[in-house]
Amino acid sequence: MSSNIVLKASELNKSFSGIVAAKDINVSINQGEIIGIIGANGAGKTVFVNMITGYLKPTSGKIEFMGSDITGIEPRKATHIGLCRSFQISQVFMTMTVKQNLMIAMSLAKKSGKTLLDPIEDESISKECDTILKLYKILDQKDNIVSTLSQGIRKLLDIAMAVVGNPKVILLDEPTSGVSVEEKFGIMDIVIAALKQTETSVLFVEHDMEIVERYVDRVIAFYQGEIICDAPPKKALSDKKVIEYVLGH
Amino acid sequence: MLSLAFSMVLYGLLAKAEFLGSTDGMSISPSTLFGLELTRQYLFFLITFFVICAAVSIQAYLRSTLGHLTTAIQDNEIRVEFLGFSVQKAIHIKYVISACLAGGAGGLMAASLGQVDPDSMVNWNVSGELVFITIMSGWGNILAPFIGAIIFEFIRTYAFEWAPQAWAAIVGGTLLAIIFFFPGGIWSIIEKVFNYGKKKDVK
Repeated sequence: MSSNIVLKASELNKSFSGIVAAKDINVSINQGEIIGIIGANGAGKTVFVNMITGYLKPTSGKIEFMGSDITGIEPRKATHIGLCRSFQISQVFMTMTVKQNLMIAMSLAKKSGKTLLDPIEDESISKECDTILKLYKILDQKDNIVSTLSQGIRKLLDIAMAVVGNPKVILLDEPTSGVSVEEKFGIMDIVIAALKQTETSVLFVEHDMEIVERYVDRVIAFYQGEIICDAPPKKALSDKKVIEYVLGH
Repeated sequence: MLSLAFSMVLYGLLAKAEFLGSTDGMSISPSTLFGLELTRQYLFFLITFFVICAAVSIQAYLRSTLGHLTTAIQDNEIRVEFLGFSVQKAIHIKYVISACLAGGAGGLMAASLGQVDPDSMVNWNVSGELVFITIMSGWGNILAPFIGAIIFEFIRTYAFEWAPQAWAAIVGGTLLAIIFFFPGGIWSIIEKVFNYGKKKDVK
C-alpha cells in the first residue's frame, strides 16, 4: 500500500448549540486504505463522515483532500473532486428501475453543460452501467423498480451510484445496516472487491465487529466525539478503552 | 401554492390598473408576422407550428439527463446533490422553460382572442385548470397533457350541461378519484395497458 495521503482532517471540531459532537479530530487516510470507523451510538462517527462530505460544516478545523483545503465544501463539489459517499439509509430513486438509477448517476458523472440535454439512453453509458451492475452482482435486477427490492440490493445500488464517478475516497455509512445476517458478508465481499480494483480509499462506519475485523486495514474508534484509538484491527479491538467504551465488555 | 398566490397578487394589481382597462382588459390590434397579417387561418397554422415545436422540444428534454432529474428530484433530492448536481439549478431551469412556454402560449392566446384581461390570463382559476390537467394527465410523455386537456374539456363541457349548479363538484370529484385510484394520472394507465400488451407479445 502506498503512503500517499489523500484525505487529512486536522483539529476538527463540531458542536450543536453547545453540545460537542466532534472534538479535536486528527485523521490521515492513505490511498487505497480501508478504514473502519467504530463507536457507540452518538459517538460522533456519522458527524465526522458528514463533515468530510460537506453535509455538515465543522465549527473549527481543517479538511484537506489531495493537498487542497476543502473545509465546508458543498456536497456536490465534494462529489466533483472525487469524494463520494453512501448512506445509512439507502438514498436511491425509489420509483425508478435499478438501471435508470445508475444511468442518471453515470450521466451526471460524465456529462456537463449542453451534453446534459443529450438523450440519457446512450449506448456507451448503458454498457458501462451494465459492467458496474455486473461487478456489484445486481445485473439480474436491472429492470426492477427499486421500491420492490430488498435492503441488501438497495445498499449495493446506493454504493454503485456513489462510485460511478471513480472517486478517490468513498465514505460508506453503515453499509450493512438493515441487511440480513446472511447477506452482510456477501455484500461486503462484493463492495470491497470492487473498490480494491480501483484503489479507492474506503472509510466505513460500522457497528458489526465481525465485518470490521474481516475487511479493514485500520480502525478508528470514537467515543463522545473524540478519537480514542487509531490502530490496526487486532490491536484496536483489544485496546482497553475500545473494549470499555465501544464494545461494552 | 406560492405561484397561485403570486398570480392572484398580480390579478389584484391588474384589476385595479385603470390604464390597462381594469377587469375589462384591453383589445389587441390585429397581429402581424414579418409584415403578414395573421388571419384566423394563418393564426391556426402558427399555433399548430408552435405546439409541435414545443412538444418535440419538451419530449427531447424529458428524454435527456436533465429531464430525468425531474423524477429524480421528486424521489430523492439528497441523492441528486450527492451525485454532483445542484437541485436548485435543476428546478430553476424547469421554471425558466415553463415561463418561456407560458409566455409564448399567452402571446398566441392574446393574438387569437384579440383581447387580454386579468380573468383569462392571471386568475388562479386558469392556473388551477392547468394544474388539474397536469395531475390528471400524469407525466413521462408529451402526449399526456394533450390527452388530459381533451378529457378535461370533455368533462367540463358535459358536467356543465348535465348539472349547471354542480359542475365544479363533478370536475373536482373526478380529480380526487384520479389522485386516489391512479396517482400516476391517465398516462400511467396507458403505460400499464401498453406494457401488458408487450408482455403478452413476449409470451
